[in-house]
Amino acid sequence: MNGFDIIIIGGGVTGTAIARELSRYRIKIALLEKETELAFGVSKSNSGIIHPGTQNPSNSLKGKLCVQGNKLIRKIAKELGVDFKEVGELIVIFDPADMPHLIEIKEEAQKLGVENMVIVGQRWLRNYEPNLSHDAVAALYAPTAGIISPYRLVYDMAENAAANGVKIFTNTRVVGIEYRRCRLQSARTGNDNIFKISTPFAEYKSRYVINCAGLFADEISAMVGVDDFKIKPRKGEEFLLDKKKEHLSNHLLFPLPSKTSKGILVIKTSDGNPMIGPTAVDVEDKNDLSTTPEGLEKVLQGVKRMIPSIDEGDVIAYFAGLRPVAGDDFIIRHENKVPGFINVAGIQSPGLTASPAIALMVVDLLKKAGLSLRKKLFFKRKRQKTMHLFAMPFSKTKKLIKQDPSYGDVVCRCEMVSAKEIKDAITRGARTLDGIKFRTRAQAGRCHGGFCTMRIAKIMAQELGIPITQVTKRGKGSEIILGER
Amino acid sequence: MSIAIGTYTQQTMINRDLVIIGGGPAGIAAALSAHENGVRDILILERDQYLGGILNQCIHTGFGLEYFKEVLTGPEYADRFIGKIRKIKEIEVSLKSMVVALTPNPSPMGRGAVITYLKPGKLEQIRAKAIIMATGCRERTREMAHIPGTRPAGIYPAGLAQKMINIEGLLPGKEVIVVGSGDIGLIMARRFTLEGAKVKAVIEIQSVSRGITRNMVQCIEDFDIPVYFRHKICCIYGKDRVGRVDVIKVDDSLNELQGTGFSIDCDTILMSIGLIPENELIEMAGATIDKKTNSPVSDGLNKTSIPGVFACGNCFKVYDIVDSVTKDSVLAGKMAGEYLGHCEPAFGG
Repeated sequence: MNGFDIIIIGGGVTGTAIARELSRYRIKIALLEKETELAFGVSKSNSGIIHPGTQNPSNSLKGKLCVQGNKLIRKIAKELGVDFKEVGELIVIFDPADMPHLIEIKEEAQKLGVENMVIVGQRWLRNYEPNLSHDAVAALYAPTAGIISPYRLVYDMAENAAANGVKIFTNTRVVGIEYRRCRLQSARTGNDNIFKISTPFAEYKSRYVINCAGLFADEISAMVGVDDFKIKPRKGEEFLLDKKKEHLSNHLLFPLPSKTSKGILVIKTSDGNPMIGPTAVDVEDKNDLSTTPEGLEKVLQGVKRMIPSIDEGDVIAYFAGLRPVAGDDFIIRHENKVPGFINVAGIQSPGLTASPAIALMVVDLLKKAGLSLRKKLFFKRKRQKTMHLFAMPFSKTKKLIKQDPSYGDVVCRCEMVSAKEIKDAITRGARTLDGIKFRTRAQAGRCHGGFCTMRIAKIMAQELGIPITQVTKRGKGSEIILGER
Repeated sequence: MSIAIGTYTQQTMINRDLVIIGGGPAGIAAALSAHENGVRDILILERDQYLGGILNQCIHTGFGLEYFKEVLTGPEYADRFIGKIRKIKEIEVSLKSMVVALTPNPSPMGRGAVITYLKPGKLEQIRAKAIIMATGCRERTREMAHIPGTRPAGIYPAGLAQKMINIEGLLPGKEVIVVGSGDIGLIMARRFTLEGAKVKAVIEIQSVSRGITRNMVQCIEDFDIPVYFRHKICCIYGKDRVGRVDVIKVDDSLNELQGTGFSIDCDTILMSIGLIPENELIEMAGATIDKKTNSPVSDGLNKTSIPGVFACGNCFKVYDIVDSVTKDSVLAGKMAGEYLGHCEPAFGG
């Protein structure tokens, strides 16, 4: 019987953060994800910035949850063994006339409680950001900005949630939701409604539904008759530079934000490769992940203003993501019209940063809706840190190889990933080549899997006990081999 | 995150006269040549499970015409050298060995470098008096050509597709577009055709083939495969697997000619748009690398800017045929031999 107290729809950063937070309590939780793996929707294109809270108005949910999330995520990262680096951000101005705007941003952020910000001048910038254009006249320095791997955060939160009893179902697309009043009110769940959630292969029942369906949150919400918001996809194209350029900038570099976007950024990533972008273009199609020549041009133009030495030749990869925009702010609310249904929609930037705070807010909404939440006696708040050879000194690698020889068996040479790390990723849930890439970085380097794709596919076939013709890039339909000779 | 250089302890480090990184056509020829020139302590580090490198997947003929005056397949060509190497006890081969760092001798008077490599069950560091880089090259990817569109499965560098078919016995796709007319692309167009796949077009942005004439004739014309010169792919479609490409004609300045576009349905795209010398190891070690060609910059043939570190074969310069790689590598082996004969012992010992 697929009966649960709470069903979370959507396995991106919002859904998994909520799942992990709720797994502290004595309730039955399931998470349904339509893709083959978690983080394959909006989250996979996240740039990994943990924002300090300088980008949103002080009276917005975005602003409040961002500042709260910035503090919370450090603890979560530590508990789950996800690398978080506090690199700081600079919002750079090129015209002294923009100074009032910069001060305004600082004051607004101070209202939210963002700490230790300071406006720095040219001398500071030359010293601490030597590649920055000499046309830069000043910047707002917010030291609490940081970077994290968005995928690893999602996977590790999900893994920890699962270790605490959350059932995760992938390849499970919700196609319909019905609800009816139950004659017997459950004292424990405090809710009269029972939701029946249909997917192509099974039906699930629950007392509460939390809609974290990203780009499709409006469609899920409409299934229970709440259709007062629409998700508009806003495309962002991003370009990844060679790891050789890791020290291109020492901070996250932002221009002055516009009304619709933070502008084109120079981003440090937790994997070392700098990233430049994103663009911000409203599109119609929720599946439109295509990149355009204009996107590259726009991004290069934008970043060259900040770092003139950036060269098109350093771009080793690019991709597009879609932000789920639902008006100006997040929509996080219990739908009184449909008791037990909670919408968590329009979670675009700073959604990654805010995700732990969103989770706490959802817990609060559940309590207010009548769910009695009792903590488990034993909540596993820690997980063992995932090993990455590229992030450790040789002395430690040597020790690991002694424990397991396959740490010495390098599969991906561009990013230095061993067979052991690939196998571990599969054990932890990777089912596709992209899933392996997001977890380990294998295939993500400068040769783009030219060297290692076959080896990884063979390891997957062996570990999963499937023919190699069933190994896919990102799920059914994306098979890499179409036949045997 | 950059690769951290661990502290190495003097006692555990092994000393070698010459370490050759890469056991493909360049590395094996350089090893034999260095031996002929008097080097008696040679180690080849090869990342794959056998010597021969890319030759192993080149099962077509046409190798050795210049060097052996014979027509050989890739594996046969490699075997001529491997057979000799096996008989020489002063040449040691370590397979499945991936070099992850090269650290030049820090002393200002010092020569050579410390090499760190991983193999199953082992992380080892070696002090080498001389090093020959024979790391070959990698293929340029779709990303480097900045082809817009979606990012589905089914887009492969031609060499990867060659490995899938010739080594693994797997067919990556059935309706194929080849982008670029590099030699591997041309050879793979024929290979896919022979395996029953349909090669729908070769799209080349230049006005002539990048590959050698022999391959244009024997792999393309003989199989009536359509070639579109001065054309390029302007968009890739397909959500999960490649479904279609848009092709457009370009003028001599490579600008798109509006109104000349057409679409081709396909499930596979092979990229054959050039090769890049693999020099990231010595680049990270501080060697000067030409930004445009990715070749080492130095004051002489087969040298790098790090004293005692030589380079040969496709990592020094991308060659059209393996015979040239062999010639180049023989020279590098000789230079390393001379260098070791004349130079002071590395690390004062």
